[in-house]
Amino acid sequence: MGRVFTFKISLFLFFPFWILNGYATTIVVSPVNQQKVISNAFQQLKDGDTLIVKSGVYQEGAILLNKGLTIIGEGLPVIDGENKYENLLVEHDNVRIKGVVFKNSGSSSFTDIAALKIKNSKNIVVENCRFENNFFGIHTINSSNVSYLNNELISGMTKGKPSSNGIHCWKSKHLTLKNNTIKGHRDGIYFEFVTQSLIENNHSVGNKRYGLHFMFSHDNLYKKNEFRSNGAGVAVMYSKRVHMVNNLFAENWGNAAYGVLLKEIDDSKIENNVFHENTIAILSDGANRIQIFNNQFLKNGWALKVQASCSDVELNQNNFIGNTFDLATNGNLVMKSMDRNYWDKYEGYDLNKDGIGDVPYRPITFYSLIIERNPGTLMLFRSFFVKLMDKAESVFPSLTPENLKDTAPVMKKIKHLTNDSVFSNK
Amino acid sequence: MKKVVKYVAFDILRNKIVIAYMVFLFLFSMGLFIIEEVPEKSLLSLLTLNLILIPLISIMFSTIYIYNSSEFIELLAAQPIQRKSLWLSFFIGLASALSLAFFIGCGIPVLLFSANSVGIIMIITGWILSVIFVSVSMFISVYIKDKTKGIGVSLLTWLYFTLLFDGVVLFVLFQLLEYPLEKLIIGLSVMNPIDLVRIISLLNMDVSALMGATSAIFKQSFAGNMGSLFSFGVLILWMILPLYLSVRKFDKKDL
Amino acid sequence: MIQFSAINKQFDKFKVLNNIELTLQEGNIIALIGPNACGKTTLIKALLGMVIPDTGEIFFDGKSIKKDWKYRNNIGYMPQIGKYPENMTVGQVIGMVEDLRDAQLNKLDRELYDSYKLKDILHKRMGTLSGGTRQKVSAYLAFLFHPHVFILDEPTAGLDPLSAIILKEKILKEKEKGKIILITSHILSELDEIVNQIVYMEEGKIVFNKPIDQVKSDTGKTKLTEAIAQIMNIDKRV
Repeated sequence: MGRVFTFKISLFLFFPFWILNGYATTIVVSPVNQQKVISNAFQQLKDGDTLIVKSGVYQEGAILLNKGLTIIGEGLPVIDGENKYENLLVEHDNVRIKGVVFKNSGSSSFTDIAALKIKNSKNIVVENCRFENNFFGIHTINSSNVSYLNNELISGMTKGKPSSNGIHCWKSKHLTLKNNTIKGHRDGIYFEFVTQSLIENNHSVGNKRYGLHFMFSHDNLYKKNEFRSNGAGVAVMYSKRVHMVNNLFAENWGNAAYGVLLKEIDDSKIENNVFHENTIAILSDGANRIQIFNNQFLKNGWALKVQASCSDVELNQNNFIGNTFDLATNGNLVMKSMDRNYWDKYEGYDLNKDGIGDVPYRPITFYSLIIERNPGTLMLFRSFFVKLMDKAESVFPSLTPENLKDTAPVMKKIKHLTNDSVFSNK
Repeated sequence: MKKVVKYVAFDILRNKIVIAYMVFLFLFSMGLFIIEEVPEKSLLSLLTLNLILIPLISIMFSTIYIYNSSEFIELLAAQPIQRKSLWLSFFIGLASALSLAFFIGCGIPVLLFSANSVGIIMIITGWILSVIFVSVSMFISVYIKDKTKGIGVSLLTWLYFTLLFDGVVLFVLFQLLEYPLEKLIIGLSVMNPIDLVRIISLLNMDVSALMGATSAIFKQSFAGNMGSLFSFGVLILWMILPLYLSVRKFDKKDL
Repeated sequence: MIQFSAINKQFDKFKVLNNIELTLQEGNIIALIGPNACGKTTLIKALLGMVIPDTGEIFFDGKSIKKDWKYRNNIGYMPQIGKYPENMTVGQVIGMVEDLRDAQLNKLDRELYDSYKLKDILHKRMGTLSGGTRQKVSAYLAFLFHPHVFILDEPTAGLDPLSAIILKEKILKEKEKGKIILITSHILSELDEIVNQIVYMEEGKIVFNKPIDQVKSDTGKTKLTEAIAQIMNIDKRV
């Protein structure tokens, strides 16, 4: 009862207001209507009007939208770029696009042709749209307050057709990316000079290069995302105050694949994430003041590679389970703190039963140092010889760094705080 | 020939050491699978054990058996039996008895707990290792007349393939650090059946182990259709070559 | 007929067989004698294919034994020291040898089985047997398959006198059947009664190969022992 009542009030309040101002126009385009062409409809509409696009395929070359319209697709209408054009360019504030399929954008080595390009605009919402077989999926330039919600972007199915980034954002701020799925693009999500944005619950899977790639993008929050089976994992570069929470980084296998590559990152937090079966879960190079807290490192080749160029790294309360190497470095690394982690390879004891091992754990093995210097020695992996070497080194340390140790390794797995929804949506 | 194989194989299967080997393998494997919940982890531990134990038992037992059978061999040599078939019979008898011990000791637990491609590869490579080291022991015992010396050489051979070779590899790899090592690494892996079996097994196991550029080289060379063909070809060569040389020598040997 | 043709064999620097030419005919019991390490056993082993000559060939019934093994079906061999797998029982060894030679196809000669009472020791392990008992097993196996040729290396060395007599009678019986019997022994008195041909070797060479009567008449001795002793002495004087 109450809800109906409120609805009536809102109609009463706003509807007449639109009529009075002459903003209430709604046009329907459909292949079976008189009004068949979207770009024609755009010309007839004014800011604040609504265009309803009915099911069908619209091949109109490159369409420009420079009005603040709401476009609603009904029955998944397709705007087809015929592998030649940029399907839709939005160059106006206050645009909302819902339920439209963008297909077959053109591709080029010189210009960034996108299925949907948002340029110099504010207050944009793109939701429940599908992007198929495009070069760039969504391209964002110099815009703010843009939201991409519940979209699905799939590319790379056509042989010979190049694919570029799924959601590409440049020089923008206050973006919200939520619940999007990106597959088969070059980079799933690409940020350059993007600040103060939220990236939440997206699934970037099977992209050719990075699942997520960002540079010079400060003060962003990445939450509950899934980055799986991307060619090179996730690259995070030249950014400050990055906050990554509750994400899943999985199955990023390959010669130069990482769960996360941290390059020149400052003042950032990596918390409660799961790193599962990556060649290198976190590779950190030139990173300063990083807190790595309560993450799960499961079955990775290297859980952590922290180069000596990093400083003030804190590594606390993480679980290290089933990794080939827990920690590797290339020189004289000093951690700010490293304690209360759980290491499945820890062989110490806890005589006073306080849950904390009585002897420190040294995650760097002799062999991990050797393989760091000479990758060919992978040939000796898991050999009896290497086992003996590691054992000898742990009894009489001579080459492994003395100060790299978990001073208080915990005896039992640490309870993990990840929201399970990350996993439910595989 | 079949009859000699039969006598040798039955003689070996009654042997206390072989029975102990089989029982130990069985208990160890079962224990590993029961204690460890993840079969993959058990397989990894089992692989480590197998790579040490199979060559050791196969080479030492076979060498000692051949030396202890010198009377038996002489008795048979005076019978109307071809020299070649006599020697091959000993090989087949030893190889099949030790393989059987391995199958029962290790194969059955693996099939019970991890009957997937990884488990199957584990069984096949374990069997191949058994045969290879019987073959190597045949080579040693036909060329060295003195029993003590022969047993010593066998032990050294085992030590060489298990440990010393890898030490040499490490040394060589660091000496040639500046050069592209791909071919060298493949070449070195092929030189030691234990290393080769370890690499093949790890490549097939879904361990996070093999990564980086080197792993790509290994995958290219030893995994996939052509790679498997190549690696198993090399292993078969390891089975045949020492045996072939030993047969040739035995054919002309004065007993 | 067995024919050794220009057989040479060298162990390291030591010439064990030096240009051996020798023919053995059916119906003879040939004694191969000579001092220790004169090459007797090597010559036998060469005939059995256990030692392979450096040069020369051995013909068995006119066929070279090189790369052949089937001719051994026609040989009964009794080794000097019977070497058997220690942990097999007498019964198993006999069964195995019968099995290996497809014994069911032949009619077996089980005469010595009864006269040596092997039945009583069938369950005993070879390792526990005395030298003499092993010899009995060896003898039994040598005669078992009705071979055409017998090679007996020091056959009576460990046997008690009664068993030795049984063996001698058996050998004579086989001779009657027209077989070739090659015996090495240094207990010459044993051979006196049965041997009809002497092959004397020294340092890898055959010094002479004569019928026993001729040996005796040449030396003027009636006992083989004395005759040989005289030959050896003459040799030393030269």
